[in-house]
Amino acid sequence: MIPGTYLPTEYLPILIMLLFATGFGVVTLWVGRFFRLRRPYAEKLIAYESGNPPSAPPRFRFSIKFYLIAILFVVFDVEAIFLYPWALVYDKIGIFAVVEMFLFIFLLLVGYAYAWRKEALEWER
Amino acid sequence: MELLWILIKIIIVFTVVMIHVMYATYFERKVIGHMQVRMGPMRVGWHGVLQPIADGIKAFFKEDIIPTAADKKVFYAAPLICLISALSAVAVIPFFETFAIANINIGLLYIFAMSSLASYGVVLAGWSSNSKYSFLGGLRSSAQVISYEIAMGLSLVGVMMLAGSLNLSDIVHAQMQSSYKIYLIPQIIGFFVFVVAMFAETNRTPFDLPEAESELVAGYCTEYSGMRFALFFMAEYIGMIVMSCLAVICFLGGWSGPFEVPGIPFFWFILKAYFFIFLYYWVRATLPRYRYDQLMALGWKVLIPLALFNILLTGTIKSLIG
Repeated sequence: MIPGTYLPTEYLPILIMLLFATGFGVVTLWVGRFFRLRRPYAEKLIAYESGNPPSAPPRFRFSIKFYLIAILFVVFDVEAIFLYPWALVYDKIGIFAVVEMFLFIFLLLVGYAYAWRKEALEWER
Repeated sequence: MELLWILIKIIIVFTVVMIHVMYATYFERKVIGHMQVRMGPMRVGWHGVLQPIADGIKAFFKEDIIPTAADKKVFYAAPLICLISALSAVAVIPFFETFAIANINIGLLYIFAMSSLASYGVVLAGWSSNSKYSFLGGLRSSAQVISYEIAMGLSLVGVMMLAGSLNLSDIVHAQMQSSYKIYLIPQIIGFFVFVVAMFAETNRTPFDLPEAESELVAGYCTEYSGMRFALFFMAEYIGMIVMSCLAVICFLGGWSGPFEVPGIPFFWFILKAYFFIFLYYWVRATLPRYRYDQLMALGWKVLIPLALFNILLTGTIKSLIG
């Protein structure tokens, strides 16, 4: 195959599906505009807080734990993605694959054990 | 001509999926109703069979309330992101031998990508609503979804090793040729991890913390009403259907069955997928909700080590047996 001439035609249906899904969502909402009621007033449009006016701005400080989870996610998800190509060619690369597997998962487990030890996985402390 | 065929396929799958989404809600209410010795919906039509249509009409005509404090553009986009990512994941699912909208060689990866994108919709909905309940619901939900996504991704590595492919049709073919016929038997640990992660990914009971109505009202969709809320709802049910189909494809042998049903090539696929959809309702009627720290502990301390162990085990056995 000449580089630059490859057209991923098998992805075309996905593109069409994406457009179709977008179209469905947008059109349903847009058509609905002409049918639904619209009687807004100030009390109806405040944020829901069991009937009271909001007591404080809603974008308050939240637990640092969520950031930690996000960082751990990035680390572990990237490692999981690294496992995919390895899993696909597992049959073809023989004993090397097994050694590699134990090495890689050992490294992963070291990081995991560290995170556990540092109580990064505890929600409450 | 080919384009027309693609369009026809998309319209067929879309219609079928939408009807299933509508009747999944009916099925859910009936199943849970009978499990609680109630009848479920009974008023609209014979045994309430027209209930989903009535609900759809109601959602369509409801007022669309947009809070003044909301970040309008993001508020509009969030339900669409959820719906689009859920719907377009359907595109790679092979319902029977020769039928998939797109038979791509990275099908599994694509489904993961799309289910991750759905969490953007959730977190943006929570952020843009500018309401405390939505904000907390969105945060919780995104943390939960990303935690369980790792477990889910790792639980399928075993399947990939056995099948040697990410193409969903190839995975089914590989299962038919294997000596077990289904990967449920050699991948029982992976299956367990996958099913638990599947419940958490779709925000269903016992992991429906983001929408725990006793503490967060409706979670990230508190401020949504009418059709926008319905879009979130559809996205959730499409997500359930996609995850059920994925479980059927990866562990239960897809469209293959003990014998051929003449004329209905998708018979076994639908039957197995409905088993999982029933499982969702069964679990919802049976189990109480997890606490948030328990949920995180289960994901990080039980499922991820189990999934890694499963990879090691699969690799070792596979290299010993050959």
